[in-house]
Amino acid sequence: MQLDLDRVSLHFGGVTALSEVSIQVKKGEIFAIIGPNGAGKTSLLNCISGLYRPSSGRIVFEGKDITHMSTHQRPLLGIARSFQNIELFSHMTVLENLMLGRHIKMKSGIVSGGLYWGKAQREEVMHREVVEDIIDFLEIENIRRKKVGTLAYGLQKRVELGRALALEPSLLLLDEPMAGMNSEEKEDMARFILDIAEEKGTTIILIEHDMGVVMDISDRVAVLDFGRKIAEGSPEEIQCNPKVIEAYLGEQVS
Amino acid sequence: MRLRNPFVMESGVFTTNYRDDMAFHFPVLAKIRVAVILLLLFLLPFFASTYFVSIANLAGIAVIGALGLNILTGFTGQISIGQGAFLGVGAYTAGFITAKLGLPFWLALPAAGFVTALVGAVFGVPSLRLKGLYLAIATLAAQVIIEFVIVHWETVTNGVHGMFLPAPGIFGYALDSDVSYYYLVLTACIIMTVFCFNLFRSRVGRAFIAIRDRDLAAEVMGIDLFRYKIYAFALSSFYVGIAGALWGHYLRIISPEHFTIGVSIQYLAMVIIGGLGSVMGSIYGAVFITLLPIVLRELSGLLANYLPNIEAVILGLKEAVFGITIIVFLIYEPEGLAKIWQNIKDYFKLWPFSY
Repeated sequence: MQLDLDRVSLHFGGVTALSEVSIQVKKGEIFAIIGPNGAGKTSLLNCISGLYRPSSGRIVFEGKDITHMSTHQRPLLGIARSFQNIELFSHMTVLENLMLGRHIKMKSGIVSGGLYWGKAQREEVMHREVVEDIIDFLEIENIRRKKVGTLAYGLQKRVELGRALALEPSLLLLDEPMAGMNSEEKEDMARFILDIAEEKGTTIILIEHDMGVVMDISDRVAVLDFGRKIAEGSPEEIQCNPKVIEAYLGEQVS
Repeated sequence: MRLRNPFVMESGVFTTNYRDDMAFHFPVLAKIRVAVILLLLFLLPFFASTYFVSIANLAGIAVIGALGLNILTGFTGQISIGQGAFLGVGAYTAGFITAKLGLPFWLALPAAGFVTALVGAVFGVPSLRLKGLYLAIATLAAQVIIEFVIVHWETVTNGVHGMFLPAPGIFGYALDSDVSYYYLVLTACIIMTVFCFNLFRSRVGRAFIAIRDRDLAAEVMGIDLFRYKIYAFALSSFYVGIAGALWGHYLRIISPEHFTIGVSIQYLAMVIIGGLGSVMGSIYGAVFITLLPIVLRELSGLLANYLPNIEAVILGLKEAVFGITIIVFLIYEPEGLAKIWQNIKDYFKLWPFSY
């Protein structure tokens, strides 16, 4: 198991966002989390990426307990994420956003960066090559010097995926990567996600509302409802699970 | 091979490796422009009056200070109203080292930078928890505390009596005239501007901008917010400390009323009018604010020939003009003079076919 969530609970005051959610994710699989609005999907992702600390339970990543690890150290282990509402650095260009994704892989400090001579320059150029590979992969060559604030929504989502990829993560958390996209953009995004998993062996946990996409690309699916995990299994199993149908459609009136 | 004809506008970037692509792109025309400006700056004392050189000195010192404030407020997004006090820390540190310890100026200048950086870093600690308006109040506290210390720590600062500083000298050359001091200020200005430009195209500078734009995302990308905010405070204060040391040794007499909150506001005005988050903007803003009262005074002197009472009116308006300028910029061009200049350049890029 690459990621092991053991009975994770999260409370905000009296509100329970997650209660005793246990999930195991294998290396290299595409794991989808679905559920109605407010079910706690994003809270779960925030617990893994460190923006929230679970009230109880344990999160183990590659054999290491990361429950209380600080947020900025988790990328060093190989955890990267994208956000539901795009959180790009809107005054920076696409290139700069992706270069920022290389931050933890680089070393130069204030002085060497300010002098921009020798080592710092070589480092920038070296990482630029990695970033260009990602730009190539995501097919965003033509916008690389545009400020991301000026880009269309679908492209911003793609740039955000690119920024997460620049970390060369072993676990990629995607929070609604296809929200608000048209079907063509969704298709592109689904293709990118499959390629990432296939070519780089990256484990992907994704939250998505589009059931068609979820059932098509994910290896396993977990369903959350009111902070509880009500089902887990292959897409086929989930589709005919009575509890899931009830959560989404309500009970039958008899 | 790059562009061949120096008299045409460049239509694109034609580089074949990433190293060239990441260098500053100076079309031939821009290269000539930069060279001419630098040459003019170095030759300025030969054709300008001493009075003009002294104004240039003040402007140059303001440029360094404004760069410092812009690193913190414009690039990292941490508002600071403690600028005036930090200038004071730099000026008094340098003054203490040269006047009281009798050590040479070339030692006092960097020392002032480092001491101010340390003080700035300490007052930057609240920035982890406080944002926006609340951080502004915390830096206001820094201003008040430091001013209090300057007034009351008399063994070091001479309190309200102020401190007389010796004429600075570097390696045996006395910098006691406006012209000789001008070259010191100009050199410092160029070095610190270039450093700033480089910083913001490399790793740490990018992290600063990321914190300003989206601190949450920056943290998830592995940036230690606390550490980088402290870095920003320290680096900004280093610049301000250098500016303070240069200012103090230029005035040759420093007292607490040189480093009041009024100065802080003046520097804030510089970066707002010049352009937040723009290196060139800091320069434009600093020069603009330094020249504003002087231009107003000259103007009133000229008009006095025709309207004898205008002088009193204009001098009374000075403070108002200052405030109005800030308001006008905030409303009509929040990105400041740097953006206006960029717009002009963009217009002429396509001129005369601007469609």
